[in-house]
Amino acid sequence: MKPTVWNRMDVLSRQLTPFILTMFLVLLSAVPFQVPGLARVMPLFSLIVIFHWGIYRAELLPAYAVFIVGFFQDALSGVPMGVHTIVYVMTYGVILAQQRFFARKPFYVVWLGFGLVSAGATLLIWGFASMMKGGVIDPRAVASQYALGIGFYPIIAYLLSRWQRAFLQQA
Amino acid sequence: MRVKNSTRTDNRIAAPVKSVTQRFTYLLLILSAIGVLVIGRVDVASMEQVRTQIVDAVAPILDVIGRPVESFNVGVDRIHEIYTVFDANQKLRQERDRLLHWQALARKLETENRALKGLLNFNAGPEPRFIAARVVADTGGAFAHSLILNAGERAGVRKGQAAVTGDGLIGRISGVGSRSSRLLLITDLNSRIPIVIESTRIRAVLAGTNAGRPRMIHLPTGAMVAIGDRVVTSGHGGVFPNGLPVGVVTSVTDGIIEIQPYVNRERIEYVRVLDYGLRGIVQSGPDRRTGSNVR
Repeated sequence: MKPTVWNRMDVLSRQLTPFILTMFLVLLSAVPFQVPGLARVMPLFSLIVIFHWGIYRAELLPAYAVFIVGFFQDALSGVPMGVHTIVYVMTYGVILAQQRFFARKPFYVVWLGFGLVSAGATLLIWGFASMMKGGVIDPRAVASQYALGIGFYPIIAYLLSRWQRAFLQQA
Repeated sequence: MRVKNSTRTDNRIAAPVKSVTQRFTYLLLILSAIGVLVIGRVDVASMEQVRTQIVDAVAPILDVIGRPVESFNVGVDRIHEIYTVFDANQKLRQERDRLLHWQALARKLETENRALKGLLNFNAGPEPRFIAARVVADTGGAFAHSLILNAGERAGVRKGQAAVTGDGLIGRISGVGSRSSRLLLITDLNSRIPIVIESTRIRAVLAGTNAGRPRMIHLPTGAMVAIGDRVVTSGHGGVFPNGLPVGVVTSVTDGIIEIQPYVNRERIEYVRVLDYGLRGIVQSGPDRRTGSNVR
């Protein structure tokens, strides 16, 4: 009896890891690091994580989890509610459609793929947020945020794949 | 081996069913997301309530995550200060000499002011109460400029109150939970602050642009504004007290007047929320605690 319970808890915790990790990164990106200019161009870490799990282990981060992550991002960031939610779910759909193409490609192709997907997602967030806020949001800061996200992608993707190898092999 | 085969058969049957279910779920999620956008637009209050509840729930976690970052920053600052200690000392001595002159002048003016107020029977208005709060999150990136504070309704924070640091005005409270609150910075696209140019007493509204420097709008025609003019809150609208330092005019080009705020957003650890007991126009909706209309 005892090992079964432990096994179940083990499997459950492994399955929940990507979701919890994504939520944690949303929180982490909101922590004031007090680095001049960083807060205004803080990249959307959650988008990187959604892209990564969407391609390599989509079953561990299903669409409803992406919805919750988007909703949480909206609530925390102060952007009109629903903006990240809809863009994340849409982006996730695109990622799933391209999953087979990316799954066995070399890293730089996946990175390029992230560049394209996140460009689309950033543009959509920018469009929705500008529309909902009733004014055009400064595109320079948005562009910097996008560029920084691309720069962060390899680091986070590397950490996630290490995590994947270490903890999620048997899940 | 037999187990493997049976799993394969299961998969053959289950896969198309799963795919249809997944597609249906996906469509449902897209529709729900559109629903959230629409509700957020139509019924702002209820969506903001949901947001406040979520922020309230995670504020303590943010507080804990932020502590090591703060300690690290303090450490880095200390090391940096060791290198600049002589320069800083010299600068501070000069500053002290300069400020001593100002202190003497301020004392003289204070006495004079008190005497004149006494003569006029002047009503100074309510004295502010301060609520000190720690900044636990700096959110929104390029899309929204707001901070989350670790003090909420329980500490006496109310929607619409002004928040300041030692340098000047930083923003106003836009949402309050029981133990956290959201501070909308003066640089946010949705921020509108009634201001006045200190020397000329020209009134205007300071509008955020989501960039570093907010702009002055709704100036009276023919108003003259010069670079270097100090800008303070005017107190119009009954939300903010008057005279809080906001910033300084840095550029006047083609009718666009930009202000450099005194407060540097990146270096804020603590803020003071001012409670003047002013209710103004923001509290015109139903009061949640009493259930009555407060005007």
